[in-house]
Amino acid sequence: MGDTPQRSAHAGTGGTRVASSHEWPAGASARVAETSGNPGNREPGLGGGGALPRARAFGAERAFRGLTLAAGTAVLVVIAAIAVFLIAKAVPALRANTESFWTFEGWFPNENPPKFGIGALAFGTVLTALLALLMAVPVAMGIALYLSHYAPRRLGNGLGFLIDLLAAVPSVVFGLWGRDYFAQPIADLSTWLNRYFGWIPIFGEGPYGNSILLGSVVLAIMVLPIITSLSREVFRQTPTANEEAALALGATRWEMIRTAVLPYGRPGVIAAVMLGLGRALGETIALALTLGSTYAISFNILQSGGNSIAANIANRFAEANDTGRGALIASGLVLFAITLIVNITARAIIYRRREFTESAA
Amino acid sequence: MAKRIEATNVTAYYGAFKAIENINLTVEPKTVTALIGPSGCGKSTFLRSINRMHEVLPGARVEGSLTIDNQDIYDRDVDVTAVRRMIGMVFQRPNPFPTMSIFENVVAGLRLNGVKKKSILEEAAEKALRSANLWDEVKDRLGKPGAGLSGGQQQRLCIARTIAVEPQVVLMDEPCSALDPISTLAIEDLMFQLKDKFTIIIVTHNMQQAARVSDRTAFFSIEKTGDPGRLIEYDNTQKIFSNPSVKKTEDYITGRFG
Repeated sequence: MGDTPQRSAHAGTGGTRVASSHEWPAGASARVAETSGNPGNREPGLGGGGALPRARAFGAERAFRGLTLAAGTAVLVVIAAIAVFLIAKAVPALRANTESFWTFEGWFPNENPPKFGIGALAFGTVLTALLALLMAVPVAMGIALYLSHYAPRRLGNGLGFLIDLLAAVPSVVFGLWGRDYFAQPIADLSTWLNRYFGWIPIFGEGPYGNSILLGSVVLAIMVLPIITSLSREVFRQTPTANEEAALALGATRWEMIRTAVLPYGRPGVIAAVMLGLGRALGETIALALTLGSTYAISFNILQSGGNSIAANIANRFAEANDTGRGALIASGLVLFAITLIVNITARAIIYRRREFTESAA
Repeated sequence: MAKRIEATNVTAYYGAFKAIENINLTVEPKTVTALIGPSGCGKSTFLRSINRMHEVLPGARVEGSLTIDNQDIYDRDVDVTAVRRMIGMVFQRPNPFPTMSIFENVVAGLRLNGVKKKSILEEAAEKALRSANLWDEVKDRLGKPGAGLSGGQQQRLCIARTIAVEPQVVLMDEPCSALDPISTLAIEDLMFQLKDKFTIIIVTHNMQQAARVSDRTAFFSIEKTGDPGRLIEYDNTQKIFSNPSVKKTEDYITGRFG
């Protein structure tokens, strides 16, 4: 007590101060007079009653603003530092390369003269990621719709929890499982696919083993939980009013989902798929363990072989000399560029329909 | 294009809770029937059981018999989607599909019925929007999102969407409660026109509205919270509002309770 009236008296705007005994002008002075018998009881309520105090020059508000600004700036600084480092390391290696970085199919940066090309790696990265999405997205949509709109509530929650658990398995475990246990079934499947669908070029001749198919199936299982749980949340958020509107028009449950749930969830699902794609593109150890580590561009997804940028970095970094490391860093830059393009494309897709999606929010 | 609805001993539950009990009433074709009563008395529940929307909620079920032109809509062989196509519904809050344009909203029901031909859809959309008194306001922006309209326009859009599939009966669950007086008036005018073609049943909390728009009025009430809602009185609107035969009805419409 005593402290607050003191402060508000000093903080008053000067001109409106009445007298030293009346620290609060206007209405408040009446209150002071009223309670004059008890001079200790002078504090105004939280809503004021005194003159408006001056804004504080320095306080938690300003400190917090500074803190967030610093955090935001730090991100930019770190990104710039990484970019400078990567480019500085990559450029000498690229200069030393005696073959075309874009088209040469091979990776011999440690030899003299160094020869390496990103083509096959970038191709393998994109191909495995796309195949993984092709397999994972329909399954994920099915699971998400089942959990959000068909399963009884308790079963849905339990299953959802299991799916989330799948996301917590480390990727090296997926890689080892894929290499040691899943390779044989995939090889059998490859034989079968080649026998009956061999006329489609992608199902070509063997030998079967650590193939693009094996890698992308493992990747698909890995990205499944992300896409599923995000999509399920998005589908759950469909307004009941829209679902009822569709049902009241005579829609079956599937028609209701098509009319109300899927269009409403579209931007969210695209975002979920893009997150999955991001994980698939950057996945390192699982692909390092399941792909054949070759450097050829081939659409034959059954044959042993295939490679990806991240897997190649993991496999080759230990043995690399200076040029070799520079070459790997250059490949990392290309991966970064691919991810960037994917993200920009996704945003463009969402942005194109913003008039409709914004009003949905 | 309007049919008679007959409810016999209709009782509806939410899980173990009995929301309405033994409702008996007949709605004549091409009339407007208002359901009034205090909150929680089961008007909306009864309305939703007429087009089998009640059972959409988990644990909700209906007993008794509800017929449309002597056909039991709760018969086991009856396709529930066919019932809902025959008995359309307009909700309390305007609920156009947010991702669809005005045009797509109106023809959503037709598309669900498998109509694909553009010319038919366009014709039907114009007809429905004209019937809903919305055509002049939106004809130049049919491709814009339906959610961009004002609340009253959205509600008329929802009415257009409902009548585009040419149902027999239109159920309206407090269609004006989220609207301003001018939009309310527009929708009341619309009801007068629509009853030439459709049987309309409307739930309303606004007794002036019930008196203005309806031919017949059903008064629902409950004894106390937790009891099932019952139909207290059902008669011509004029009779209900001038000379009700049950004391409770009179108390309610004169504002003595509820």
